[in-house]
Amino acid sequence: MNIEIRDNLLQDIREFMGEDLLEMNLEYTHPLLRIKRDRLHDACRFLKNTLHFIYLNEIIGTDRFTSEDRFEVIYHLISLRNRQRLFLKVRVEEEYPVLPTVTDFWKSANWNEREVFDMFGIRFEGHPDLRRIFLPEDFKYYPLRKEFPLLGVPGSLEMPNTTPDHD
Amino acid sequence: MFQSDSNISRKKPTYFREHQEALYKSLEDKHATVEVDHSDPLATRMTLNMGPQHPATHGVLRVLMELDGEVITKCRLDTGYLHRGIEKMAENKTYQEFMPYTDRMDYLSPYSNNVALCLAVEKIANMEIPERATYIRMICCELSRISSHLLWLGTMIMDAGALSFFLWTFREREKLYDIFDEVAGHRFTVSHSRIGGVNNDFTPVAEEKIRKFIREFPDELKGWHKILDRNRIFVDRNNGVGAIGHVEGIAIGLAGPSLRATGIAYDIRTFEPYMLYDQMDFMVPTRTEGDNLARYYCRMEEMAESVRIIEQCFEKMPKKGPIRVDDAKKSYPSKDEVYYSMEGLIHDFMMTDTGICPPAGAECYHAIEAPKGELGFYIQSDGTGHPWRLKINSPSFSNLQGLETILDGEMVADTVVVIGGLDPVMGDSDK
Repeated sequence: MNIEIRDNLLQDIREFMGEDLLEMNLEYTHPLLRIKRDRLHDACRFLKNTLHFIYLNEIIGTDRFTSEDRFEVIYHLISLRNRQRLFLKVRVEEEYPVLPTVTDFWKSANWNEREVFDMFGIRFEGHPDLRRIFLPEDFKYYPLRKEFPLLGVPGSLEMPNTTPDHD
Repeated sequence: MFQSDSNISRKKPTYFREHQEALYKSLEDKHATVEVDHSDPLATRMTLNMGPQHPATHGVLRVLMELDGEVITKCRLDTGYLHRGIEKMAENKTYQEFMPYTDRMDYLSPYSNNVALCLAVEKIANMEIPERATYIRMICCELSRISSHLLWLGTMIMDAGALSFFLWTFREREKLYDIFDEVAGHRFTVSHSRIGGVNNDFTPVAEEKIRKFIREFPDELKGWHKILDRNRIFVDRNNGVGAIGHVEGIAIGLAGPSLRATGIAYDIRTFEPYMLYDQMDFMVPTRTEGDNLARYYCRMEEMAESVRIIEQCFEKMPKKGPIRVDDAKKSYPSKDEVYYSMEGLIHDFMMTDTGICPPAGAECYHAIEAPKGELGFYIQSDGTGHPWRLKINSPSFSNLQGLETILDGEMVADTVVVIGGLDPVMGDSDK
């Protein structure tokens, strides 16, 4: 990782985002940037088209378990040309956990957004196919939220009969 | 919903009704711009369900395909049959306690998963690892890469119709199991790496076994190249099958050899060298065709490169030295200390009970090049011994996502070959 290139990129982002860049963390070499929720779409377009972050590796959801801005969604982007990784964060309210989708920039966001939806219940507006990815649709809880018990909720899923002839 | 316009009656799935309906509906909705031909007098269109219990899907992968004759017009994947919620479990375990779970993610290369977790935790806790331990890790990681690729080779060629190859690759894998048995004490789920180093040093027998393996393995590999590279049936079966370009490959987020087969030399070992890979001399094999044959060549060459890396590791490895950090606050003390000193026992207890506590509020990401692609751990710490959030970036997940796109327009008979070529492991993908 070239520190000089990284700092140049960060300078560009700082100029573009201005006040809306809320936080910047460079402690562990990979930059972690937090931006305002409203500018997400804007920032993604800029990162992809201007700064060449063409590879979306994953989308991470986290539950901060605070009363304000409870959820955090982190976009893990890679610029192959500059050999840089970037983590872009936005925070979401608990009452209205909705974010604009980024599938229009990166196709690979599809499953990743579905995973975040499945685990945290954050909805992505404009996603082409927002279904649960690991758990069945019949399941009504979001398991990676902190209030979900480790042992699960008994009876939350109908289980198949273990004996035959019960069709 | 399940009765399509053909008059074949189908039994409706009984369980998870909402889930099934949503899945079938999603299949119908895919590429909504394509006009659906309802006339279809010859009833060539059908919906085919494959899996989750299908021997060629490498685990519990379910593929839903809409066919027009023999061509897959569109397909949807249903994953999650092996979802065990290990990210949730991680939040309730100490870092070291979580490690045996990583063995069960990509169960074909457990050592890489252990190392990936250890490196991520060591990064967030700011730990320096002894050199010899790093070399041991590198050697074992490369062995597990060979082991994983061997299984891919056997099953992929079995999917393509040749059964005996499976036995030959498993004979080699058996040697690797023996090596891991000697190194770690387990054949399969090794859990040998520790946060702060490794559990135990190579025994002379283990070292001899590894040296013997890397001496003999290149000849085996050469033999396989001989039998496959110019094999008419094999080449016809794989050439141009499941092809994808590099632009599309990046867009759908392929990982590992599947991405490198499209022409993108994205290998974490060179992209962002970890451990001591920057001191090694090796090549990142790439192809530009992006089809199954290209993936085959990439993986085969990778195995040869792995052997080269192991050879260099043995050359450069310090003959003696510590294999774990000598700081009982950060890593387990050695068993000698535990059994013969009071402090050692206390530290051992504290490590098991509380574990390593990275600084509060720290968050970091570390990735390694696992056999199947980029395997990364994103850790958020709240200052306790348990991670606040641990996200696993698994290569099989990325590759399976690509499969939905790759399969569009392929022949239905090629499905298993394409799945075999991508080499997904459901334990890895479903977490």
